[in-house]
Amino acid sequence: MLSLTLVLLVSAACEASTDLYVSETPLPPELVRSAVSPVPTPAGSPYTAEEYGHPGIALARSADEPASATDSGESSHHHGGGYKIVQWEWSYVQTPYIIAIWLLVASVAKILFHFSQRFTTVVPESCMLILLGLVLGGIVLMANKKQLYQLDPGLFFLFLLPTIVGDAGYFMPARLFFDNLGAILMYAVVGTLWNAFCTGFCLYGVKLAGVIDDKVEAGLMEFLLFGALISAVDPVAVLAVFEEVHVNEMLFIIVFGESLLNDAVTVVLYKVYISFVEVGPGNVQTADYFKGVASFLIVSIGGTLVGLIFAVILAFVTRFTKKVRIIEPLFVFLLVYLAYLTAELFSLSAILSMTFCGIGCNKYVEANISQKSRTTVKYTMKTLASIAETIIFIFLGISAVDKSKWAWDTGLISCTLIFIFVFRAIGVVGQTWVLNWFRLVPLDKIDQVVMSYGGLRGAVAFALVVLLDGEQVKAKDYFVATTIVVVFFTVMFQGLTIKPLVKWLKVPRSTNRKPTINEEIHERAFDHILTAVEDIAGLNGYHHWRDKWEQFDKNYLSKLLMRKSVYRKSELWEAYQKINIRDAISVIDQGGNVLTSARLSLPSMASRTSFPEVTNVTNYLRENGSGVCLDLQVIDTVPGAKMEEETEMHRALAGNLYKPRKRYQSHYSRHFMTVGEKEKQDREIFQRNMRTRLENFKSTRYKRHKKDRSQKKRKGSDAKEQESSDKPRRNVSWQDKDPVVVPVEFENEKNEQSEPEKDEDVGITFVARKAPETPKERPKSVPAALDVCQSPAIVPPSPTCGEKNLPWKSGVGTLPPCVSVEATKIIPIDLQQAWNQSISSLESLASPPVPLEPQHPRVSALSRLGGPPRPLSTGSVPAPPVTGQFQFPGGKDEEEESALSQQQQEIQPLMSSTRPPPPPPPLPAQPAGKRRNPCVYLRSLVTASPPGSEPHSRGPTQL
Amino acid sequence: MGSTASTLSKIPDVETLMQETGFTPAHMVRLYDRFKALDKERKGHLCPQDFGAIKELAENPIGDRIVGAFFSQGQETLDFHSFVRILAHFRPVDKDRPRDPNVPEPINSRSNKLKFAFQLYDQDKDGKISRAELLQIIWQVLRAMLEMQVTEEQLESIADRTIQEADLDRDEAISFDEFRKSLEKVNIDHKMSIRFLR
Repeated sequence: MLSLTLVLLVSAACEASTDLYVSETPLPPELVRSAVSPVPTPAGSPYTAEEYGHPGIALARSADEPASATDSGESSHHHGGGYKIVQWEWSYVQTPYIIAIWLLVASVAKILFHFSQRFTTVVPESCMLILLGLVLGGIVLMANKKQLYQLDPGLFFLFLLPTIVGDAGYFMPARLFFDNLGAILMYAVVGTLWNAFCTGFCLYGVKLAGVIDDKVEAGLMEFLLFGALISAVDPVAVLAVFEEVHVNEMLFIIVFGESLLNDAVTVVLYKVYISFVEVGPGNVQTADYFKGVASFLIVSIGGTLVGLIFAVILAFVTRFTKKVRIIEPLFVFLLVYLAYLTAELFSLSAILSMTFCGIGCNKYVEANISQKSRTTVKYTMKTLASIAETIIFIFLGISAVDKSKWAWDTGLISCTLIFIFVFRAIGVVGQTWVLNWFRLVPLDKIDQVVMSYGGLRGAVAFALVVLLDGEQVKAKDYFVATTIVVVFFTVMFQGLTIKPLVKWLKVPRSTNRKPTINEEIHERAFDHILTAVEDIAGLNGYHHWRDKWEQFDKNYLSKLLMRKSVYRKSELWEAYQKINIRDAISVIDQGGNVLTSARLSLPSMASRTSFPEVTNVTNYLRENGSGVCLDLQVIDTVPGAKMEEETEMHRALAGNLYKPRKRYQSHYSRHFMTVGEKEKQDREIFQRNMRTRLENFKSTRYKRHKKDRSQKKRKGSDAKEQESSDKPRRNVSWQDKDPVVVPVEFENEKNEQSEPEKDEDVGITFVARKAPETPKERPKSVPAALDVCQSPAIVPPSPTCGEKNLPWKSGVGTLPPCVSVEATKIIPIDLQQAWNQSISSLESLASPPVPLEPQHPRVSALSRLGGPPRPLSTGSVPAPPVTGQFQFPGGKDEEEESALSQQQQEIQPLMSSTRPPPPPPPLPAQPAGKRRNPCVYLRSLVTASPPGSEPHSRGPTQL
Repeated sequence: MGSTASTLSKIPDVETLMQETGFTPAHMVRLYDRFKALDKERKGHLCPQDFGAIKELAENPIGDRIVGAFFSQGQETLDFHSFVRILAHFRPVDKDRPRDPNVPEPINSRSNKLKFAFQLYDQDKDGKISRAELLQIIWQVLRAMLEMQVTEEQLESIADRTIQEADLDRDEAISFDEFRKSLEKVNIDHKMSIRFLR
């Protein structure tokens, strides 16, 4: 029981160990190559902790200890002689401990490499890891005079490789993969065969010519075998190097796809040659060659089939996990891994199996499992793959430091290097020439150069060569040394130089850009267009079959493998929501950056700049009805980068906002995660915000700031047009000049403010002021975004000002942005009611100050005067009264003096004006100068005619 | 080869057509065969009804739009030349073709491909994709994917968002320029080309 607990503990840290134990394979501690330590230490004897300071030494010392990790009885026997307060139980924890320590070393190494940004952009991580491995190996060697570790093939093929391949397969861009499947298969099959045979035969030829030393005892079959294992492009190395190079997707998918799919060829060639070597080349019969071909077909097609079968099983299982969401990720890992193991079981191509399992199940599984599970799967997979990759490279480095295995032959090594490079290049050029006859998008010369150069060899080749039987293959040591050199050369030299090469050749890079909604729609439409044209032209081409597959998928597969609730969900709608969420996140990200960089420019403002448009209440409500209410326009101004960070941020914020009320209701179930409390909370939050907002409505005078800003930021003709109809005004570019202290920390502020249900709770409250001034005014100061909210013509009055500041908050406050369709059905009604209620309550109050003249630029100067225009409100609700200290820094520089003179004249019109702000130019529905009571105006908006009935209104179409 | 030559000779004005469209003789023969196969009554031109015989096209959500695009300017018939010219839109761009400013853009140029797509959207031919037109196309695309659960509201918000995103001059519609700009980053050569078998 105790051991089980321990195993569980460690398995939480690393899945490698989990697998080790869960699978209950009687493997010896994989990381420790059993070797006799020169420093014999009695098992179980107490060591001092210092001795184990370095993991390498610790591992070395422990290597000779009995690997019976669970044999606690033995250790207690050693400690006989009375009760000991502290016991040293090394033998007990040894294996998991070593694994954990290695993982720790690998992870810390990763962190260290990324300290220097400039360094990591030049040197690929894989190079650094290999170097680290070399250093660690050197330390171990010096401590023991003998290398104890190497990349163990069993460990590699059973645990490390699957994590990487699983990740690659599951997140493979399926469309891209199948678009280029022809090329990928060609390179994977024909190219690998070509490389293997040419390298093998040429090495044999060189051997006959006497370039390779006679000590290398190898015949034709041995060289062919060596050629087979050295010729395969390695997925781990390709992934590690190409992910940092960022070539365009097509190039990447071709090279990477090849490296995955060539596994079948490698496996078969390897096995066939080994059997040939065993029986001896003389005894090989003609039938054996045909068997080899048949074996290839079985291995590849069988592997694929196994993968697809498991994909179907996995998708089908996840259909029924609705009640046990918590184990959804586990199913994904288990079944994908089982696909790999099953293929290994039948000696089929395990990589193919796992890849196709991942590709096949992804669509259905992602649709079936919950959002949280999706995130879990993603991050777990990435973590595991990343750590596996790290370990592989470190161990490659360590393996190289082993004198016993080195059998250097310069002729063999140099010839191998030359041959694999030359034949790769020739192969790529030749195949590309053939492929370009058939390809829609021909691969040009630059692509071919990158593909040739990107033919990296890696750990698969090394593991295969280590697996060779030294009895059968006499030249094994030479082959091992050559393989190590080849791997190091390709990963380090080519990996290091491929980036400059790609830059120098101006290879089109991949853009880390997410598709816009336009692209989503049009590309779907294009697919249909192409299908139609192919049908008309009578070509049963690619699009024809893709369309057929899609029909089949929709009609049968999806019905079988997807939950009913998600089956008919619109992909386009999902895409739309995703885009909205992305926008929102980037808005907040921008907001966050801006706030910390002491330049005040709020996301809502930023959005105004790119999109000075008008929406109204109707629109707002409808928008909520459709699930997402976010700031949509920012896509133009915000680069879509830093998504990871953004997602992180978003989750952190979403997790923290408005939580406090439920904070103490933790639940302890291990099996269920409660959901659904959120809705009630959302509604409540909304109502609370609504009230707050309406009370703040009286402080609309501040709107001028906002208006001013948004007007100013408007681009080109719009702004000019607008200005011509306005008073001449000076643009205050205060947000650029003045550092504004915004005493807001996102999460803390939020929690703190929402908790005590203050009336001032307006989401983010910030003060635009110079740092030392009147800090105590903060809570009462009016958020700038409030202005926006208050001007009915500008923006849909949103439930909270924070919403404008932090549009994602709307997602939290009213609706989760990623909300499912079911949830959206509830909220709009509440919204409508709440809004109507609040409007009527507002009307019952005394008439608030009306929206002021929007163009007025002088408010800051005005407030500086200390004679702030008091709101006309006489209502019972205390409007934020303090405006005198509320300084927008804009007015103070050169603006101020000139402003002072004018402003007296302007105060009066400002105060008495009952006009709503003139809407931005493109709005025809609310011409400037229309006088309206804002309340009435808002009301009218609420009850405005449904969307579509007024074709010229900006509103309904404005989201 | 002999059959190719003999078929080619049956096509009137084949040389100019090939020059114009960039199709090879093999393409022409193939397309001519297809044309004749579609033209069941041997009248030498195609009617919309002939396209109706293509069963896959009937399943295509925007199949009728495509057929409409073949019969432009209210014509009821389609001769072989127009047939080939329209299909030429979807020929992949040949990269090695020298860029000669004097020669008019080939039919399969990027902007011509886009223009073809644009006119599919722009059903009332006013040079703009209005909101209604966009809604319609989205609806059709979605219907094809059996995504019936999309509500009208969702559809509208997608359409609105789309227009908002692409609409640069704020006229509530997408003009061709805006359309082109919105797809600036898309590899149109890739996405709007099909491979004509040689």
